[in-house]
Amino acid sequence: MARRRLDLTFPPRQATQPITYHLVKDFDLTPNILRAQIQPGQEGRMLVEVVGPKEAIDAGVEFLHKEGVLVHPAASDICLEEETCVTCGLCTAVCKPRALALEAETMALVFDKDKCVYCEACVVACPRRAITLTF
Amino acid sequence: MSKSWEEINARIASGDAVVLTAEEFADLAADEGVKSAASKVDVVTTGTFGPMCSSGAFFNFGHSDPPIKMQQITLNDVPASGGLAAVDTYLGVTEPSLSKGIEYGGAHVIEDLLRGKAVRLKAIGPGTDCYPRTEIETWIHLEDLNQAYFFNPRNAYQNYAVAVNSSDRTLYTYMGTLLARFGNATFCSAGALSPLLNDPTYRTIGVGTRCFVAGAPGYVAWEGTQHNPNQNRDDAGVPTAPAGTIAVIADLKKAKPEFFSAATMTNYGVSSFVGIGIPIPVLDEDIAATLALTDADLKATILDYAVASRSRPSLGQVTYQQLRSGTIEVEGKKVPAGPISSLAVARKIAAELKVWVAEGRFAIAPPLELLPQPGTQGFKPLEIRSEEAI
Repeated sequence: MARRRLDLTFPPRQATQPITYHLVKDFDLTPNILRAQIQPGQEGRMLVEVVGPKEAIDAGVEFLHKEGVLVHPAASDICLEEETCVTCGLCTAVCKPRALALEAETMALVFDKDKCVYCEACVVACPRRAITLTF
Repeated sequence: MSKSWEEINARIASGDAVVLTAEEFADLAADEGVKSAASKVDVVTTGTFGPMCSSGAFFNFGHSDPPIKMQQITLNDVPASGGLAAVDTYLGVTEPSLSKGIEYGGAHVIEDLLRGKAVRLKAIGPGTDCYPRTEIETWIHLEDLNQAYFFNPRNAYQNYAVAVNSSDRTLYTYMGTLLARFGNATFCSAGALSPLLNDPTYRTIGVGTRCFVAGAPGYVAWEGTQHNPNQNRDDAGVPTAPAGTIAVIADLKKAKPEFFSAATMTNYGVSSFVGIGIPIPVLDEDIAATLALTDADLKATILDYAVASRSRPSLGQVTYQQLRSGTIEVEGKKVPAGPISSLAVARKIAAELKVWVAEGRFAIAPPLELLPQPGTQGFKPLEIRSEEAI
């Protein structure tokens, strides 16, 4: 079984198609939606982890391309450079799953990678550019 | 109970002064009462470390041979002012690089200098009888400069707004990324550790007050720009929105990069985290009462940054304790809140300043001139006028 994290961008006209349904029914993939923002008539974005045989994932990605969905490989790792970080806490304000948080007593920045959904909001928000992704 | 500046200074000089940080003082006052804490403690130290855009430094490069009257000056491709004497300049932290934009700016140049890195200096000159050279390109280090000193026109804002966004799209602001539909809230104050929140009516902090600036000993030079003592205040006289500010001066060569850090606010611009700390003498119980205030007592006003106007509507007030809890309530909705100024570094500054004072390295002095007091001046807007209307 393979596991791949995909960053999907839906053009406005595709945003209402039951994409994940087809990934399950036609390709026998197990999708785990980490984050999604889909609204009718607007560009949508979905961060999804798919599990299944490698060939099935490749075929699923091919299907997504045909449907007009833009598929980018999502980050496989995220790194906080502690020497550059000034513990301002700005990243905690954009971290929806609260993977980044300030420890209540010491106010030190704590990064719980298990809670991270790789949405990259912190990467964009960090004024020190101390959070980086690897693919 | 009251103590004079001279008595406190004598105790600092003899090494007997009792010095606490504002957080420690509040704990003591909670345990023993304000009166007892006021009699025991001589000096309380404060600290803050947040993005402060109105910061920058003056440099004097020394003269090349033959000399040049520098214009169109750049440092690592970041423009600096050519509007001073031949080899003097002022570099503002928000100035973006000509080649890298807001990913590298004046603040980054200053941080690089503090880290001992070489910086590329380029300028052109008109070529005059006394300054014949017409162009120059060289590398400089901080230690090579005759003078390098911070002059920050507006630091240590006394309180700040809590920023939220009611609109349907993400906003990129100097308060960080504000998520749509009240998706988050950001705030920027050290709260109970903040220098000017501990001296709400500027009794002890004024022109000439010694302070910690980015790790260097410095001075309050003047009122800061946009100093607004007439801001709304609570029953204890503490502002509930951005009010007083200070302009500070300090030797850049004595500053430390751990207390000055360049920042890029995405889709907004360059800024710098500046560490400011000010010691406050415990002169009497009145000042002790404000020094004893905690995050539970201090409030900030929530403003909707989706309103692109200089007067944004208030969506209520919250305490710094609520903000520090990580969740506040706005318009009946639970909103995650995060700071943009580091309380961890603010604590480090207050602790460092405590050592400076306790070891007798940092005497205190009454202000040479008070900052404009409540009731004296407000905050004027800029009106857009045509020539005909003048």
